[in-house]
Amino acid sequence: MLRLEKRPMPSRFWTAVTPVLAVILTMVAGGILFALLGKPPVEAIRVIFWDPLFGANNFYTLPQMLVKAGPLILIAIGLSLGFRAGIWNIGAEGQYIMGAICGAAVALAFYPAEHWYIFPLMVIAGALGGWIWAMIPAVLKIKFGTNEILVSLMLVYVAENILSWVSFGPLRNPQGYGFPGSRNLQQYPSAHNADLIPNTGLHWGVVAAFLAVIGAYVLLNRHILGYQIRVAGQAPRAARFAGVSPSRLFAFCLGTSGALAGLAGLFEVAGPSGQLSPDFNVGYGFTAIIVAFLGRLHPVGILLAGFLMALTYIGGELAQLSLNLPSAAIQAFQGMLLFFLLAFDLLSNYRVRWKEHAAKEIAK
Amino acid sequence: MKRRTFLAQSAAAGTVLASGLATRAMAADPFKVGYIYVGAVGDGGWNYQHDQARLAMEKHFDGKVKTSIIENVPEGADAERALTQLALAGNKLIYATSFGFMDAVIATAKKFPQVKFEHATGYKLAPNVSTYSARFYQGRYVIGTIAGRMTKTNKIGYIGAFPIPEVIRGINAAYIAAKKVNPDVEMKIVWAYTWGDPGKEADAAQALIDAGVDVLMQHTDSTAPMAKAKAAGIVAFGQASDMAQYKPTPRISAIIDNWTPYYIDRTKAAMDGSWKSEAVWYGIGEGMVKIGEITDAVPADVKAEALKIKDEIAKGTLKPFTGPLNKQDGSVWLKDGESADDGTLAGMNFYVEGIKSDIPK
Repeated sequence: MLRLEKRPMPSRFWTAVTPVLAVILTMVAGGILFALLGKPPVEAIRVIFWDPLFGANNFYTLPQMLVKAGPLILIAIGLSLGFRAGIWNIGAEGQYIMGAICGAAVALAFYPAEHWYIFPLMVIAGALGGWIWAMIPAVLKIKFGTNEILVSLMLVYVAENILSWVSFGPLRNPQGYGFPGSRNLQQYPSAHNADLIPNTGLHWGVVAAFLAVIGAYVLLNRHILGYQIRVAGQAPRAARFAGVSPSRLFAFCLGTSGALAGLAGLFEVAGPSGQLSPDFNVGYGFTAIIVAFLGRLHPVGILLAGFLMALTYIGGELAQLSLNLPSAAIQAFQGMLLFFLLAFDLLSNYRVRWKEHAAKEIAK
Repeated sequence: MKRRTFLAQSAAAGTVLASGLATRAMAADPFKVGYIYVGAVGDGGWNYQHDQARLAMEKHFDGKVKTSIIENVPEGADAERALTQLALAGNKLIYATSFGFMDAVIATAKKFPQVKFEHATGYKLAPNVSTYSARFYQGRYVIGTIAGRMTKTNKIGYIGAFPIPEVIRGINAAYIAAKKVNPDVEMKIVWAYTWGDPGKEADAAQALIDAGVDVLMQHTDSTAPMAKAKAAGIVAFGQASDMAQYKPTPRISAIIDNWTPYYIDRTKAAMDGSWKSEAVWYGIGEGMVKIGEITDAVPADVKAEALKIKDEIAKGTLKPFTGPLNKQDGSVWLKDGESADDGTLAGMNFYVEGIKSDIPK
């Protein structure tokens, strides 16, 4: 009989190995799924994982991975700070939307004037929009003890309705024949978040994502606030005795994750997406939760996880068009990745033992 | 990877790609055509119907055309990438089948001047971008007549996707037709704010049923409202596809999008080099809009009346938007005998007189 035994400390070895193991098992299980659908499994896995990186069109797919991974990493880094401290911001999608709306509103207020300071102002507005949206659950939690999971999640739907309203109303393109959606910011040079080096996918949002990774790493390892975050997550009571103020920590973690999500939204609306429309948000805020956990809430891990997730998106599209795999199969494949990862978490926190063996040890 | 090696590799890949395309062209391989869909091909409505037409088109060319699809493509940055992937994969003609792909199509078309693009329901053209749409409002006029005759409560429910001209045009057409045969009729409108989301569509349908409607129309893609109509014992109309599995009730007729002839024509034109950029808007007459079989749940005289109207629209003797018609605010829109021009119809953003609700701003 197999028996699970809790480890006194999570195993460092298994913590590092399980993500790799999860990816390999996802490939195996995904391969079986694709084979059942009548598609060549090895080729499908190759198309998803290999072709975006080394295929004939990688001069296009590699930059696109940056475009896709950038917002995921930026949001996930913010979320990971709170998650480490046991503060659950589930509403990054809403903060992402509000950042995009505020940033785009600043740009459209200046349209069609061209000034160097428009883009910096948009960045500030984007961060502020996301920050305010995240401070609502923070303040409600601090003042009234409401549940931040519920409040932040519900505010996503509020944000979606605001997005729809501005797309049809105040921010609608006056030259858009009555169709919903703002002007395209890609056609407004002062507001356009263009590739810093053309055709590399490297726009300001990707730069911000890299900076966030470095910033989070330094914060968690070298700063007292990072220490407090870690202690609060591992031993809340000890943290309180050590003089950590739960309210301040709450405001900091929710505010920071909100601001980063807002920035991601701003960089997206000013860059790859170009315009606000009722369908502007495509779920980055929710996918980033997966990325944060896939990366073990560790800044470097999140960086890698963001790229892995982007890879499955780009590779998934390639598999659709070259092998006619249905998109639902790709989504199931992505789901498997998270499933295996969480399942293998067991190995970092528990030891698997044969029951007899364990019994013998007790007898000794 | 170092940037230098990256650039060298991209250049090499580009050459490989170009030579690969050249050899493929010489070997007279099939003509490659790509499609992107905003939803799943299995939605049973809009995307399903485009995909059925794609398969019929591919079959028609019997091996000379090979199609690829990418489904569930979000509108925005992802659409541009999906279109680029299709172009890079060697597709020479690409159909983008949702309004929201518009800017992505124009941006991608600029990058690939030798590839032809066809964008459904949009209004932006380019030398290598055409637009195509159907005069669905003609179909709405026909089923609006049936709805006006069938309702006992004098309340018709209408599920709108988004308050954009195409949807508003449909609501107006259905209302004008229904009111002509039943002056007491009232139109109840609920906005789902989605083209296809079975949960939201079902909620919208239920809200309308609770408000007392006994005839349901939808301008959304799934069959979820149909299932609600069945449970409530009221009648409804198929949208985009026939939705034949709900015959004979609640589905008493349907507006069917028939894209097959268009896809065959345009693909042929792209193959033989006669393809030109144009804005196409076909209706019942050209066969792009079809009326699904009117079931026996509809009295014979109503069925005959609807079919007569359909024939008149096809012949062009009946135009749904013909005066005297007032706007909702009571101001004169069309004088007696005057018909609306395509420009006004394309940008329609007002209700006609008699509709009680407001267009969301």
